[in-house]
Formats: sequence, C-alpha cells, structure tokens
Amino acid sequence: MPRRPGKLSRADMHRLYYYMLLTRRVEGQLTHLYRQGKVVGGVYSSLGQEAIAVGTAYALEPHDVLGPMIRDSGAMLVRGYRPRDFFLQYMARRDGPTNGRDANTHFGDVTRGVIAPISMLGELVPVLAGVALASKLRAESRVTLTYVGDGAISTTPFHEGMNFAAVQKLPLIVIAENNGWAYSTPVSRQMATSDIAKRAEAYGLPGAIVDGNDVVAVYEATVEAARRARQGDGPSLIEAKTMRMKGHAEHDPATYVPRELLEAWRKKDPILCFERSLIENKLMTPKEKAAIQDRVEATIHEDLDFAESSPLPSPEEAAQLVWA
Amino acid sequence: MGVKHKTIRPARTSRHDRSGGGEGSRSGAPLARSHDVSRARPLPAADTLLRMLYLLKLTREVEVRIERVLYRQGKIVGGVYVGRGQEAIGVASAIQLVEGDFVLPSHRDLSAYLARGIPLERVLLNWMGRADAPSRGRDNTLHFGDLNKGIIPIVSPLGDTCPVACGLALQFKLRGKRNVALVYFGEGATSRGDVHEAMNFAAVMKLPVIFICNNNGYAYSTPVQKQYAVKDLWRRGPAYGMPGESVDGNDVYAVYSAHQRAIERARKGEGPSFVECKTFRMTGHSAHDAAEYVPAALFKEWEDKDPITRLQSDLLQRRLMTPEALATLHESVRKEVDEAVARAEARPLPDGESANEGVYCGPDCWWGQTRSQAFDV
Amino acid sequence: MPILTHLEAIRQGIGEEMERDSSVFLLGEDIGVYGGAFKVTEGMLEKFGAERVIDTPISESAIVGAAVGAALVGMRPVVEMQFMDFIACAFDQIVNMAAKIHYRWGAKVPMVIRGPSGAGVHGGPYHSQSNEMWFVHTPGLKVVVPSTAYDAKGLIKAAIRDDNPVIFYEHKYLYRRVKDEVPLEDYVVPIGQAILRREGTDIAVITYGAMVWTALEAAAQLEKEGISLEVLDLRSLLPYDEEAILASVRKCSKVILLHEDTRIGGMAGELAAVIAEKAFDDLDGPIVRVTAPDTPVPFSPPLEDHFLPNARKLAEAARKLASY
Ligand SMILES: Cc1ncc(C[n+]2csc(CCOP(=O)(O)OP(=O)(O)O)c2C)c(N)n1
Ligand SMILES: Cc1ncc(C[n+]2csc(CCOP(=O)(O)OP(=O)(O)O)c2C)c(N)n1
Ligand SMILES: [Mg+2]
Ligand SMILES: [Mg+2]
Repeated sequence: MPRRPGKLSRADMHRLYYYMLLTRRVEGQLTHLYRQGKVVGGVYSSLGQEAIAVGTAYALEPHDVLGPMIRDSGAMLVRGYRPRDFFLQYMARRDGPTNGRDANTHFGDVTRGVIAPISMLGELVPVLAGVALASKLRAESRVTLTYVGDGAISTTPFHEGMNFAAVQKLPLIVIAENNGWAYSTPVSRQMATSDIAKRAEAYGLPGAIVDGNDVVAVYEATVEAARRARQGDGPSLIEAKTMRMKGHAEHDPATYVPRELLEAWRKKDPILCFERSLIENKLMTPKEKAAIQDRVEATIHEDLDFAESSPLPSPEEAAQLVWA
Repeated sequence: MGVKHKTIRPARTSRHDRSGGGEGSRSGAPLARSHDVSRARPLPAADTLLRMLYLLKLTREVEVRIERVLYRQGKIVGGVYVGRGQEAIGVASAIQLVEGDFVLPSHRDLSAYLARGIPLERVLLNWMGRADAPSRGRDNTLHFGDLNKGIIPIVSPLGDTCPVACGLALQFKLRGKRNVALVYFGEGATSRGDVHEAMNFAAVMKLPVIFICNNNGYAYSTPVQKQYAVKDLWRRGPAYGMPGESVDGNDVYAVYSAHQRAIERARKGEGPSFVECKTFRMTGHSAHDAAEYVPAALFKEWEDKDPITRLQSDLLQRRLMTPEALATLHESVRKEVDEAVARAEARPLPDGESANEGVYCGPDCWWGQTRSQAFDV
Repeated sequence: MPILTHLEAIRQGIGEEMERDSSVFLLGEDIGVYGGAFKVTEGMLEKFGAERVIDTPISESAIVGAAVGAALVGMRPVVEMQFMDFIACAFDQIVNMAAKIHYRWGAKVPMVIRGPSGAGVHGGPYHSQSNEMWFVHTPGLKVVVPSTAYDAKGLIKAAIRDDNPVIFYEHKYLYRRVKDEVPLEDYVVPIGQAILRREGTDIAVITYGAMVWTALEAAAQLEKEGISLEVLDLRSLLPYDEEAILASVRKCSKVILLHEDTRIGGMAGELAAVIAEKAFDDLDGPIVRVTAPDTPVPFSPPLEDHFLPNARKLAEAARKLASY
C-alpha cells in the first residue's frame, strides 16, 4: 500500500522499482495469455509509461481515491490489487474482480480507493471531481486523482469536469498522459497546441509538465499537486510526456508510428533508466535488484497458476446484480 | 475604458494572443486596462455606421415590442429571451459578412438575424407561432434558420451549434471557398462540452470559425464566478491554439474591429479565433424573470454604457448625422416595426393536422417543395 | 392533512430527506439563489446552505458525473435538470457510467436525477419532451413518473433512499395544477408499484404521469355513457408492476395503453408485448394505444393540441373498443 508522501527513502525507491517491474511483468504475461487465446477481449499495455501510473499512485495517501484508465495497471497494483486480479479479469473468470462481467482494467473497489473506468474517454474526470466534492462537503482531507490520455482531453467530460472542479476548487488531480498517440491519431491531429498543460490556463488552473518516464519527477509533481489540493487550493493538471511503445492494443502493429521515434524513446525506458540511476547512485545493490526481480517473478507465477485454475462464471450469474 | 462614453475612440480593444497574458476582469466590472493594445484601424465607413445604427435601433424596437407588448398581450406564448443591451455584438460582427458566410446566433442575437437581412415579419411570425412562420409553428423564438441568408438557428441545448459551425466551415474548406462561420453563445454555454469539442476541432483543422462569446455577466441566475474560474475568458482561445481576445461588447467600434481581424484571418485560411464580448443582460433571463438576484447598481452602471446611446452620440458629435436625421430614423424604425407587427398579427395560426407533416425529408413534403435549391446538392 | 401542490410535495420530500440524512445534497443549474427554474428548490439554500445546495456551471455531463462520484463514496446527490430535455447532454454519464457500475463492479450509485418534463405549456420542441423511454431501455436505472402530489413526495423520498440511480420525471403541467392531501409524517411510495386510481369493469386504461388525469377525466365522461373505465397508474416505468397490469387486463378483458410520449418505442409497446405474452387468453379485443404521434413536440398551440393525447381522443378510442 502507498506510503506517506514526502522525501523518498531508499525503501520507497525499491518499492517504486518493484511496482514498475511488476506492472511490466503483469502486462507481459497478459500479452502471453492473449497470444495463447486465453484472454477474452483485447490487451492494452502501458509499456514505456509505467512510471506515470506508479509514480502518481505512490504519491497518494491511503485514504485518497484514484480512477485509473486503461494504461494505469501500475496504479492499481500500487493500490493493492494483485497480479491475479488482472489475470482473472482478462480471462473473464468468476473469481475476478468483476466476476467476469467486465473486461481489462475496468474494475475497482471503493474501499480500496479505486473507481473503475469505463471505456468512454474522459468520463472519470467529472466522477473523480464528484468524489472530491464529497470529501469537501464532509471536510475530509482526501485528494482524488484520475488520468486522461492526449486523446481524452478532446472530450466533453474532460472540459466540463475540469471547469466544474476549478469553480468548486475541488481537491482533484488530473494526470494527462501524453504518449503521442490516440490509437492511430498523433497529438498534432488531436490538438493545435504542443502542450496539454496549456489547457490548464483555460480553467484558471496551474498546469505542470513532467517527464513521464522519470518516476521520481512524476511522484514529486503529484506530491506537490496533492499538497495544494489538501490545503484547499483546488485542482491541478499535470502533463506527463511519454511515448506509447506498443500498438493501441495487442491487435495493432502500429505501422503508423515511425520506427525512429520508437528507437529514440526506447533509450528512455523508465524502468531501465530508474534501475541504472539507482545502481549508479548506490541506492540499490545488484543483490537487492535480483531479490526484487525474484519477488516479482514469484508473485507472477503464483498468481498465474491460481488464475488459470479458476473457473469461468456460470451463465445464470449474468442476470444478477443489475440493481443494488 | 471608462464607464461613461460620451465619445468613442476608434477601435480600442484588449487583444491577447498565444503569448499574451493580461490582468483583465470579469464581465460586470471595468475592462482590462493594463494590457490594452490599441490597434487603430480605419473606422467603418459612414454608411456602414449609419446602417449599424439602424440595425441596432430596429433590434431594440422589435424586442421591446416582443417582450413588453406582444408577450403581455398573450400573442406570444412560451419563453421570451431578448438581447437588450447586447445588440452591438450581433450587428457589428454579422454586418461584415458576405454572401455564403454563415451566422449561428445565440438566443439573444436577433441583431445578427436582422444584420443578415431577415425580414422583420418573418421573425414575428415565428415568435407568434403562425402558420406561415419560417418554422410553421413547430418551433418558437429565434429557432428558425434560413440557408439562403446564411443563418443556422440555435437549439435550446446551449453550445450545440458550435460543432455545427465547424461542419459549415469544413465545407468551405473542402470546397475551396473563402467563407466564414460566426457562432455566438453566452458565457454560460462555455461550460458545455460541445463548445470545448468544437473549439479544439476548429483549431486542429484550422477552420474558418469565429467563436463569439456574449459575456453578459449572468447565465440565468448564475453569475460568472460560479461559471468559470479563469480570470478572463479570452484565455480559452490560446488554450486551444487560437487567438483569444476580449472586447467591450457595448462598443460598436471595438466589436467591429475585433471581428474584422478575426474574419480576415479566417478568410486567409489561418484558422479560428475566439472573441469574448463583454456586455450585460439588461433584462431578466426571460420575460417572466424579475432578476432580483442582479444587484440594481449593475443595471444602472450598464445603462450608462448602452451601445445605441454611445453610437448615436458619437455620430452626432462627429457630425455624421444630424439630430433631425436621428429623430427621423427613430420614427421610421417605429413605423417599420408597427407595420411588421400588424402584418404578422393578421396571419392565421396553423392547422392542428399539419403537425404531422415534415418529420422526414421527402419529395412531397411541404418543406421539400418550398426549400431553397441553393444548398441542395 | 395539509393540501400541497405537486411541486410543493416534491420540495417537501426532498427537504425531509435532507433533514434526516446529511449525505443528501443538491446539484444543478440555478437551484440555489434562484430556487430552480420552476422554484422546486426554493428556500433550500437558506435552509441547508451553499454546501448542500450547489449552483453549477452549465455542464450537464459534469453535474451527473460528479453526482456519480459523490454517490460512490456514500453521498446521496439529487441532481436537477433545468428541463428534462437537457438530460440528453448528460447521456453518456447516465447510460454508460451510472447505470452499469453496480453490474460491472458491484459499487452502489445512490443518486437521483429529477426535473420537469412533458408538454402542454407551449414550450416547443426543447422544453416539452417526454423522453423517459431513453432510460427505460437502460438496465441498471430506475425510472419513476408520479401523477399526484402524495405520490410525488412518497416517490422522491423512495428515490433518494434507493441505492440505484433513479430518473425522476416531474410533469411540469402538474406542478401547480394538481393538489392533494400530503401527510406530514414520514412515508415512502415504493418504486415499482402501480396503483388503481379508479376501479372499472369494461376497459383497463394503463397510463402514467399527467395522462392519469386525462384518463380520469375521460372515465368520468364515459361513465355517463355506460362505459366503465378502470384507470391504473403505473408510477414506476422501470421496474414496472407487471402483476397489477395483468390483474387489470384480466378483470376488464380490454385494455388501452395511454401515454404522452410518442408511439414507436413508447412504453405502450412494451406493455402490449407483456400483455400479449401473458394475458392473451384474457383479451376480448385488440390492445389499443393512445399516444402522441411520432413527431417532435410542436410549439404553436393548435399544433401542440393536435400532438397531445387528451380525454376526447381517449374517449373516442374507448367507445370504439367497447363496441368491439
Ligand atoms: C469517447 C470514446 N471515443 C472513442 C473511444 C475508442 N478509443 C479507445 S482508446 C482510444 C484512443 C485513446 O487515446 P488516448 O486518450 O491518447 O489514450 P492512450 O490510448 O494513448 O493511452 C480510442 C479512440 C473511446 N474509448 N471513447
Ligand atoms: C444544455 C442546457 N442546459 C440548460 C439550459 C437552460 N438554460 C437556458 S438559457 C440558460 C442560461 C444561458 O446563459 P448564457 O449561456 O450565459 O447565455 P445568456 O442567456 O446569458 O445570453 C440556461 C441555463 C439550456 N438551454 N441548455
Ligand atoms: Mg495517447
Ligand atoms: Mg450569459
């Protein structure tokens, strides 16, 4: 579970590394299951963007609430979901977090502070604004956080939610994950400015830009936004610049993305860069690194076995739970 | 810009573009000073000014008749929204258009209809729901368009016409035309997603659309500080990558010149602009609303900035018009309205049965037979 | 017992719920200072404060989205649409977000969206619609349409206490025209129960909302001609009271389905289907629909009169069916 924000300790660094690695392995495993035909539906990956989901979620307090989108598995892992939850969910199993009712990262649990996304882009912005409104009404110090892609900022709920949160001065943090692409659409066809952060000015809000491949920078920007939110200064928009290193989903070979671009970004891989910096700065020994990797592997294998042996739901369950 | 405007200086506006940053103010308070950029341009020609004065007075007179006479007599039913005090915005922008251009006015922009040459009588017929009204009694107020005159009407859901303006502009672009689309909306409508989606869309595609915000201080009972948290709405422009500008919407010259720039840009293919026209709603939200939530001092303050009075006194002072000519204009406008009202009142209400016609487009429907061929493809 | 108008009854119901439960709060355009376009929430701001009676920007998507978010963390928001016509602007948040959350991941969304609907006041195509079927066709929502002041209060209270998103249609024509006795003590009218407004033997008229009064008017007239109408008021459209419907049909053997909404895809079609499926043998005549024609709601009074079903049109249909 998340730690108190503030200056990152050595242990914090290791956790950030662990969660990024775990994210990558979970998604890698999902790709594998997809190719084996075991996944129902598509597999969306955050390859190359793991620092954003992990760094932002890690900056929150346990009672804060976040709403992940499709590329934010890392945030859900930080929030305490296990790899098995992802495997079960993607394979539509009964014991998964939605009992086979919904797909991919579409799961959540209010007690864990996770609001499940829906496919419609941007729709979580007003919803997390509403959670923030509830905290404001009850005078709690809870902060809420959600994510939008460079595509999602073009939608109605993004605008209405941001404006509403700004007028109400709600403790909301919106992370714009600018990974260069919305499916096949490059950012240049999505907006006429170069920075999403510029949009903040339209709402009278501060906008920040961070290197989305630098987990510590992402973490720090979020801590700062959370501090502002907690002291009643209202919402923030943080643009994290990154690159989508795969197709939109597994089915998409993304031939429309220039190869050189991918090559350039591969050098900025958030996990490798962080790992290198930890080792160079003597914040992680090779032994510690190996131990973390082993822990990740062990968890993956244990959870995979569990998930694969879990049953599919029975048909009659489909008609249940329409109403509370 | 001061509060009293005995004379009007040419085209003084606060203009801000991508790089701009300014300490402006919200509607209802004095306009931005520190970042005013004087962009002197030739004043509109005298005949244009006189035509604008005529249109302003005509708009005012019809709306007074609609709101204070016909509505109270029960000859107009349903909601009654007028643009008293805001007429300069529609007039000084739409008057610059040429054939093939379009306006998409808001519910208070009768002025733009008249500037585009819609006969008064048609307006009144629609308000009164008569059989040969442009909407044949199907819809009310300014909810009627005219493709030949380049008018697409509003629908009640605010902001919905902004994406439509983009569609028109896309056609101009695809067909290689140099036309523009002017879409008007209140500051309340800027909170709607449709306005956001349209502004972004137009910016990305560099469409010839001018987004014109009538910031009249209130959206129904909601003051601007409950509507948005940004200091000045012009900042919305640069946020989407288009120029944004705030002008005194009660100053015919300022409105004219801001739109001149925006229209020129659009015709050259340089894309959309956002113009915030600061004004004030000199009425309640609609005829039934006494607007007790508006501090009386604000009405007083804005009464002094009335766009018609300001233009009149400027024209007199610059001797572009004599007091006698003004009196004559006043009388002739009254007469024009009297006559149009009388003609419209004489027209019958529609037949109930006709309600069923025209849901779909087809060769033998009434609309099909009367629709102009101009835009049929 | 105090006599209240339909509108006052709704206001009282909301007020009582706000008093008994601090998690109930209001969101909408012009509902605070102004008391709402129809003054349903007049006095609420003074009584409950700006924290619980929130004037919002004109952002229907954000209003509903924020209500969903607040509901997820235990609040009970009551949202006003200035006119139910504008609910279209919040469509995605209602049908894709609110309606599906419980089914997908088990969280509760206790919220109400209420507002004026219906024609008869020369509002034109955008202030007159009866668009309830958009939502009756969405599993996960509940849809309620009261006809009396007593029911309006009892149902709004039930809606607020319900753990699901409830769309609450208030007919603007009834607001100040209908009055009845409304008890001061706490009561609710359960969602999903129809009520017999008038017992009869020849023809069952099944209807809801303002048309209940139309049916009663026609019934009084036809009684003099020796035709006895039974009038069943559905009150809830989703879920609807199948038992009460079938009971009336079985008793009268003839049925007229009446509503102000347009014909194709209207509630009458659904009811006709269930009657044909489950009470076919009890029918002594065709199932008859009296509805508005399939056009938008026109503005001009003669056109609107033509559009709206009324007692005369119902009586004509009933005479014809009676002689069948
Ligand atoms: C409202 C809406 N329109 C279309 C889609 C289909 N769609 C799913 S993801 C996607 C691209 C999203 O791009 P972006 O917001 O940049 O997120 P990314 O996938 O890059 O993380 C599209 C078009 C959708 N989910 N929602
Ligand atoms: C989507 C939508 N929500 C609510 C309304 C009801 N409504 C009509 S006009 C209005 C206020 C409009 O304010 P603004 O956009 O500032 O225009 P103004 O009336 O001030 O010219 C409201 C809330 C509407 N027409 N559309
Ligand atoms: Mg993207
Ligand atoms: Mg306004």
